[in-house]
Amino acid sequence: MSKLKNILIVLIFSIIVLNSSNSAEKSPPFLETKWTFKGLFGKFDRASLQRGYQVYTEVCASCHSMKYLTYRNLAEKGGPEFSEAEAKAIAASFEVTDGPDSTGEMFVRPAKLSDKFVMPYANEQEAKAANGGAYPPDMSVLVKARKGGADYIYSLLLGYSEPPEGVELDDGVYYNKYMYGNKIKMPAPLSDDLIEYTDGTKATAEQMSKDVTNFLMWSAEPHLEQRHKTGFRVIAYLIILTVLVYFTMKKIWSRVEPKV
Amino acid sequence: MSDHEYTPSSKFGKWFNDRLPLLTLANHLTDYPTPKNLNYWWTFGGILTFCLITQIVTGLVLAMHYIAHADMAFSSVEHIMRDVNYGWLLRYVHANGASMFFLAVYIHIFRSLFYGSYKSPREIIWILGIIIYLLMMAAAFMGYVLPWGQMSFWGATVITNLFSAIPLVGESITTWLWGGYSVDNPTLTRFFTLHYLIPFLILGLVVLHIWALHVPGNNNPVGIDIKKPSKDTVPFHPYIVIKDAFALLMFCIVFAMFVFYQPNILGHADNYIEADPLVTPAHIVPEWYLLPFYAILRSVPDKLMGVVAMLSAILILAALPWLDTSKVRSAVFRPLFRQFYWILVADVLILGYVGAMPAEGLYLLIARVATAYYFAHFLIILPILGWKEKTTPLPLSITEPILGGSPNLAAARSDEKIEKTIK
Repeated sequence: MSKLKNILIVLIFSIIVLNSSNSAEKSPPFLETKWTFKGLFGKFDRASLQRGYQVYTEVCASCHSMKYLTYRNLAEKGGPEFSEAEAKAIAASFEVTDGPDSTGEMFVRPAKLSDKFVMPYANEQEAKAANGGAYPPDMSVLVKARKGGADYIYSLLLGYSEPPEGVELDDGVYYNKYMYGNKIKMPAPLSDDLIEYTDGTKATAEQMSKDVTNFLMWSAEPHLEQRHKTGFRVIAYLIILTVLVYFTMKKIWSRVEPKV
Repeated sequence: MSDHEYTPSSKFGKWFNDRLPLLTLANHLTDYPTPKNLNYWWTFGGILTFCLITQIVTGLVLAMHYIAHADMAFSSVEHIMRDVNYGWLLRYVHANGASMFFLAVYIHIFRSLFYGSYKSPREIIWILGIIIYLLMMAAAFMGYVLPWGQMSFWGATVITNLFSAIPLVGESITTWLWGGYSVDNPTLTRFFTLHYLIPFLILGLVVLHIWALHVPGNNNPVGIDIKKPSKDTVPFHPYIVIKDAFALLMFCIVFAMFVFYQPNILGHADNYIEADPLVTPAHIVPEWYLLPFYAILRSVPDKLMGVVAMLSAILILAALPWLDTSKVRSAVFRPLFRQFYWILVADVLILGYVGAMPAEGLYLLIARVATAYYFAHFLIILPILGWKEKTTPLPLSITEPILGGSPNLAAARSDEKIEKTIK
């Protein structure tokens, strides 16, 4: 039966390989960096998430929305874990249109914890008009929406360079070796010391790319820490139960003679 | 079903059982004589039942939070992932559960192919199984549309467009399926309704599938008819129950690894981009479990013939009990069939692989050869094998050759193989 088993193993692996390699575009291998959220007990680096939020809000947010995030998320467990007061202050620095009030008028008020992240543009058309026809994608689940996930986003942020010879670029188009087709309409967003981190970390392009990618990973998978924690317990429980059931099975089947 | 009459011991039990023989049924299910040499490939029936129940239960809760509307479906899924208590768990179990369901069903089907479980007197079980499998594919496809991501939308567009290949009425049928002139909100709402309905149809068919199984009883690795009950059989409870439970737990460990540590690896990244009718993804690829059929579809240059080939690839299985002319069930005693069996397994895996690749150049050539071979296996090889193949002698019963040895020397020699198989 070992043949049957081998085939099964091949089957499972081919499925996995198939799915990770099904579009045959040729992009260079991703830049390597250590992610704390990977692995059996993977967790987010809290400080990095907070810095990542700072990068997002000071750099990315001028074009990219995060419409599935709520300000309260910033204070929730497993996320950047700003204190509630901090999250409230962050929210209050944005303005949202609410209403209608009792006189039927719309009004502007500071955002609250329960408000969704304020979007940079009123609608897709406005976003396109402001960005040379390209729509800056919503970043809430961006990491999961790109093959290669966090590694891809991180590499892309650092993947800008002068185009190789023979590659002609139109106005407002930039060369990025990790982008599909190598042409991207977003200019290189990060450069050394573009922002000043509140926690004093030196804001190199690598540091900012890593922090903001961490932040985007969290926004795409806000329950990742709970998932890993629960997963470990579930699997440990299942393994123990499986062992117990195995011995029970052996005991029960020992009554059957002859052994088959 | 059961050979012996069953009388409940309590007075109330007897009164109840005379009116509704549920206790007789329960007694039949616990006593059900099962061949004692069933190997672990036989545990996937129970595993599949578990998969179905899991999908129904998680699906019910998801449906309470999901909104079947083109403008809200995607964000309602995000709502489930972010704000619903354990919504992420429910959705990942449901999404990966579909893959695990298919993994199990493919093992179940290929087990049946290896041990000839589809042969007389089990044809009806087999055909019911094919119908269940078809419904599973329909349910899975429509389920994949519901999150309303890019692959949902474009997958739905590609598959529903297939119906337009039907001569004369094709266009009308497609319009009718869509509820309009393209995949849009009406398509989504009807897919949601059908996705909710089909699992219950499957459940009903599963009951019939098991009922039909309990008439002749299980096939077994040796593939011979056995007396029931006899020393070749064990009662279903506790022997098979505990063995199925053990196998199920192993299966659940693999399942949990996907759910908790690689929940998106079997999906496609593009489906986390909200559906956009104006932007076509670079490669439209179905879920992995449909890839072999997708390869067959694309290997035929003509659209209509492609659809016919794809459907035939599944429906041909229904004719299998009559295409396989060999009287011997188990591949253990069919040396030639065994080799062709493994070639078929490889062929289907190759089809799956090229199904994920762009349909051009070498991939297309491989797809065509593999498709041709797939049909040749069922239409040419199997019927001829039945006539030509010299099978090795069958043992008289499951226990006998192992216990006392057989007077037939050749049969005795094949014992080793049996033992290996059963282990």
